[in-house]
Amino acid sequence: MINLVPRKEIPLRLTLMTTGIAVALTLVAGAGIFAILGYDPLAALYQFFIAPVSRGYQIADLFVKACPLIIIASGLVFSYRANVWNIGAEGQMIFGALFSGYVALYWGGMPAPLLLPVMILAGMLGGLVWAMIPAILKTRFNTNEILVSLMLTYVAALFIDWTVRGPWRDPMSFGFPLTPMYPDAGLISKVDLPGVGRLAQLHWGVVGALLLAVVAWFVLRHTMVGFQVKVMGDAPRAGRFAGFRPALVTILVLSISGGAAGLAGMVEVSANIGQLQPNISFGYGFTAIIVAFLARLNPMAVIIAGLVVALAEMGGDAAQIAMGIPKVVTGVFKGILLFMLLAGETFNRYHVEFRLPGAAARAAAKEGSGA
Amino acid sequence: MLEDLILTVLMTSVPLVYAATGELIVERSGVLNLGVEGMMLMGAVAAFGVAMVSGSLVLGVFAGAVAGMLTAGLFGILVLGFATNQVATGLALTIFGTGLSGLVGAPLIGKAIGGLPQISLPVLSDLPVVGKLVFSHDLMAYGAVVMVALVAWFLKRTRGGLVLRAIGDNHDSAHALGYPVLGVRFMAVLFGGMMAGLGGAYLPLMLTPHWAEGMTAGRGWISLALVVFASWMPWRVLVGALIFGGITIMQLAGQAEGWTVPSQFLSMLPYLATIIVLVLISRNRDFALANSPACLGRAFHAGK
Repeated sequence: MINLVPRKEIPLRLTLMTTGIAVALTLVAGAGIFAILGYDPLAALYQFFIAPVSRGYQIADLFVKACPLIIIASGLVFSYRANVWNIGAEGQMIFGALFSGYVALYWGGMPAPLLLPVMILAGMLGGLVWAMIPAILKTRFNTNEILVSLMLTYVAALFIDWTVRGPWRDPMSFGFPLTPMYPDAGLISKVDLPGVGRLAQLHWGVVGALLLAVVAWFVLRHTMVGFQVKVMGDAPRAGRFAGFRPALVTILVLSISGGAAGLAGMVEVSANIGQLQPNISFGYGFTAIIVAFLARLNPMAVIIAGLVVALAEMGGDAAQIAMGIPKVVTGVFKGILLFMLLAGETFNRYHVEFRLPGAAARAAAKEGSGA
Repeated sequence: MLEDLILTVLMTSVPLVYAATGELIVERSGVLNLGVEGMMLMGAVAAFGVAMVSGSLVLGVFAGAVAGMLTAGLFGILVLGFATNQVATGLALTIFGTGLSGLVGAPLIGKAIGGLPQISLPVLSDLPVVGKLVFSHDLMAYGAVVMVALVAWFLKRTRGGLVLRAIGDNHDSAHALGYPVLGVRFMAVLFGGMMAGLGGAYLPLMLTPHWAEGMTAGRGWISLALVVFASWMPWRVLVGALIFGGITIMQLAGQAEGWTVPSQFLSMLPYLATIIVLVLISRNRDFALANSPACLGRAFHAGK
């Protein structure tokens, strides 16, 4: 039996320690799974976590891979802190790509310096609009935002599929489901520093993502908005007494997380793909949920968490190429990591005592006789 | 033609009935398990793998139930033993189940179930040879109705059902009365896993005779919505599942008939219908929350 005694406060050292142990245990569990599947566990772990970053330029690629995760998770942190469960970031990301794609494809004639900023705004608006559906349904009709935001992800995936096969398809694409390429002014350029040159595929969106995480951290930590979000999550009753409006906070955090996801969709397409296609995301919206939890819902830590999870994603590719391990094993890793982190959270919040059932009864009897 | 259509609708709704009825018991005990999709996938892959190797549908169904239960056990240990956040743990279970089923199922892709005839619905009734298969399918479909009846009877007419509902409505009082809150919840979670596993097993064994990664395509999530639709009453699950089965088949039939609406929009229908139904149900607070377990999603530990 497990006995939980709440702690009065959670020291940072403890949080760091449980997070580290969670990651370590995930690696051990992963090694066990590889061994069961008949792969050399050490070689597999090497392919997963070291091979992808064994060369300098690959570290730049790691940041590129982490970019959408960091952007989305920075927004999700607000939602989860407020106890609003937006799990439809994937769909919001798709709508961000669609809105910004419309600007790039149909308003491309505007003055070149304006195009990217307008696309960024359109991307955020797209994600926000898609997140407003669960927000309004939740605040007006008390409809469960988890199910609605998730259902809308399926709808969004089907919708983009239709646009790129139907009305937006490039007539010159030889029947491939692709839109025309964006105009050059609508592409996010690669980082190209004087004297240093290019750093692999590193693009300015990555720099933006890092800045965004810092801004998110500042807003959550040092502003009234962030305070309201945290109070509504931790102590909604106290929040209502203080005059905070739960509905407003719900709409706010869904706007933030939806807008961030939409921005990620815009960045991903403009920096890496250059046109719309049926799949613009590879589950980034779902993976970002794990990033947010790995970061313990702290936007600053989202940067590190995003890099760690991106490493596992790249490792999945590397292990598939080098050892033929199916890439879906990354999903198993992600699931186990999330399990470990959540269990670790318990060790943060409680003193955890393990007792044998007999021992518990004896202790209870002792307490009883003492009283 | 109409008969075939109705038969297909019935078959489509069977997995939903299993998964939603299981989740209904879980939620009535006060636990929210969002991992239905993951448990269904684990059930599906285990059922297909075992049925393929053993050549026995019955063993496959059994394996699906066990796999669902084991997956749910993991959730139960975390949520009940470690009092973790139920929403996040459920999501983790779905991610984990999707990944693990894909990994285990990788060698099964493209395989048909060995030793069993292909299930081709429209001519099924004309083939006396596959009568056993029809019987076996009927058994699972009838089984779904029986499970709903059993669950309804258990909740309403038995002492165990009363205890389960008491724990879901007020775990502190139930604990004070001496009921084993965590023990009952763990049993409920295992039952939910078994039912999700059965629902998952139905997909590759009966509905589409092959295994594909992520083949549940959101059915686990729709089952969760069905529990809300049913306002936590077992018989209403049956009604809801039939409606969703009908919508799914309608859009497939529409695509086959060559409706002018793009196929993507038809494919959206089940998901949009889920949202609309959720809104219609939840906008009426009294109706929606009358049977809603008061402690749903809240962690319990005795030391509180």
